[in-house]
Amino acid sequence: MKSVLPILTVVAAIVVMWYAAAIGMNVKWAREQAARQGVELGFTELVADTWSQDRPRLPAPHQVLEELWNSTGAKILAGKTWSKRSLIYHGWITLSATLAGFAIGSLAGILLAVGIVHNKAMDMSVMPWAIASQTIPILAIAPMIIVVLNSIGIQGLIPKAIISAYLSFFPVVVGMVKGLRAPGREQLDLLKTYNASGAQTFWKLRLPASVPYLFTSLKIGMAASLVGAIVGELPTGAIRGLGARMLTGSYYGQTIQIWSALFAAAILAAGLVGIIGMIEKLMLRRMGVRT
Amino acid sequence: MVSQPVIRAENLDLTFQTNDGPVHALKGVDLTINKGDFVSFIGPSGCGKTTFLRVVAALEHPTGGSISVAGMSPDEARRKRMYGYVFQAAGLYPWRTIRGNIKLPLEIMGMPRDEQEERVERVLALVDLKGFGKKYPWQLSGGMQQRASIARALAFDAEILLMDEPFGALDEIVRDHLNEQLLKLWAATDKTIGFVTHSIPEAVYLSTRIVVMSPRPGRITDVIENPLPRERPLDIRDTPEFLEVAHRVREGLRAGHAYDD
Repeated sequence: MKSVLPILTVVAAIVVMWYAAAIGMNVKWAREQAARQGVELGFTELVADTWSQDRPRLPAPHQVLEELWNSTGAKILAGKTWSKRSLIYHGWITLSATLAGFAIGSLAGILLAVGIVHNKAMDMSVMPWAIASQTIPILAIAPMIIVVLNSIGIQGLIPKAIISAYLSFFPVVVGMVKGLRAPGREQLDLLKTYNASGAQTFWKLRLPASVPYLFTSLKIGMAASLVGAIVGELPTGAIRGLGARMLTGSYYGQTIQIWSALFAAAILAAGLVGIIGMIEKLMLRRMGVRT
Repeated sequence: MVSQPVIRAENLDLTFQTNDGPVHALKGVDLTINKGDFVSFIGPSGCGKTTFLRVVAALEHPTGGSISVAGMSPDEARRKRMYGYVFQAAGLYPWRTIRGNIKLPLEIMGMPRDEQEERVERVLALVDLKGFGKKYPWQLSGGMQQRASIARALAFDAEILLMDEPFGALDEIVRDHLNEQLLKLWAATDKTIGFVTHSIPEAVYLSTRIVVMSPRPGRITDVIENPLPRERPLDIRDTPEFLEVAHRVREGLRAGHAYDD
């Protein structure tokens, strides 16, 4: 509970700065509109206007919250949870691709790490390629993946999941390689004195030792997966998903819609990372870590 | 009782190739350790005492000479799990309870479950840790952790116990206590023990024989038979006999060191 106060303080500071910024960003438009209509705006009117425009440069926090509510809670109450205007619907589209990509990416990352740690040739060859893969901007590769897969008749969730996996396998590889190599020489020597097999060394020492590293990587990987899924929705002009919401929002200057989709994505990411954090806590407690 | 040689090293050499040229970790080491012996290795850092123990354990391979452990090559002895090794750090797995840690070698050796349980109980009693089986390592003091690691080495009943400065990181009081316990344990199990240490009193108090070593190249400069009786209360360390042996060890260390000053 001790951490609540500082967090609230920071949030309050951000909200204050945000409202101030909204005045600054939107005041020009408010003045122009007033001049066109030949009215003189007082300070309070001016401020009120900058916080309530239809298409502001920077929407005020309450406008974003209102839009968030209108496209989620209000839709549920109206029985239109899965309508095209519902962020729950779009969020689910993105979430499903994120989870699929995360599963593929994490599994691939773990398998690659196991290979790297146990096979000299893989150790020498895989890592440089993994690093190179991450230096290529995902925005450049995403359209190609989607176009290529589309040409062989695959579309929808799979291409987005692959882009997600492409982003999320990397932190898992790096973290797991470090984790699997965490046991020191004495610990490996000890198992050697027991004449333990490679498989026993893996299951009894390397794998348990890597668990804390794995969870750290999974958190990063999950966030990367979400970014991947959203990026995967942008280049094709998709009409479904949070990425599509942002894209259509930008076509029509619907800044409030963009911001609310942005917030939905952030809330989704926080939730997903939070779930992994909870699993991590439970797992580490079962492994006897001091809490 | 005819003493049977368990470890026999003849003219043993081990040279590490490093970037700064070859390092002679062991040179011309001749030593025979008999069954039931408690042999301490003492000497300054770099004298090869740990290296010798690691060669016995087949964790290092000699570059010359010959060594046999229980009549076989060290590697065969390792495969047959002839020895238990205790490292300087207790090295318990933090994710396993004390019981789970002691079970580790038994699991690897594929022992039946009920036998594992029975052995864990027995060695826990042997190192005086009864009732701590369910604790995690971090809940135990350093001395207790080291006792648990000794229990782990005892659990599979290897004939030989190799201990590499097991009490080096502990304070004097705890160390005294553990030394006393180790002697009792040795009397109770009649194992052959190789024990590396930095401490002269520890070496003299524990061993039947003390091997004094010196560095560059690592070699044996003296082997001292300890005339003290097997039954040794802690205050034996104040007797003239004890002090005389300690004096000999000190002289041996000084002789090996003379050119260094």
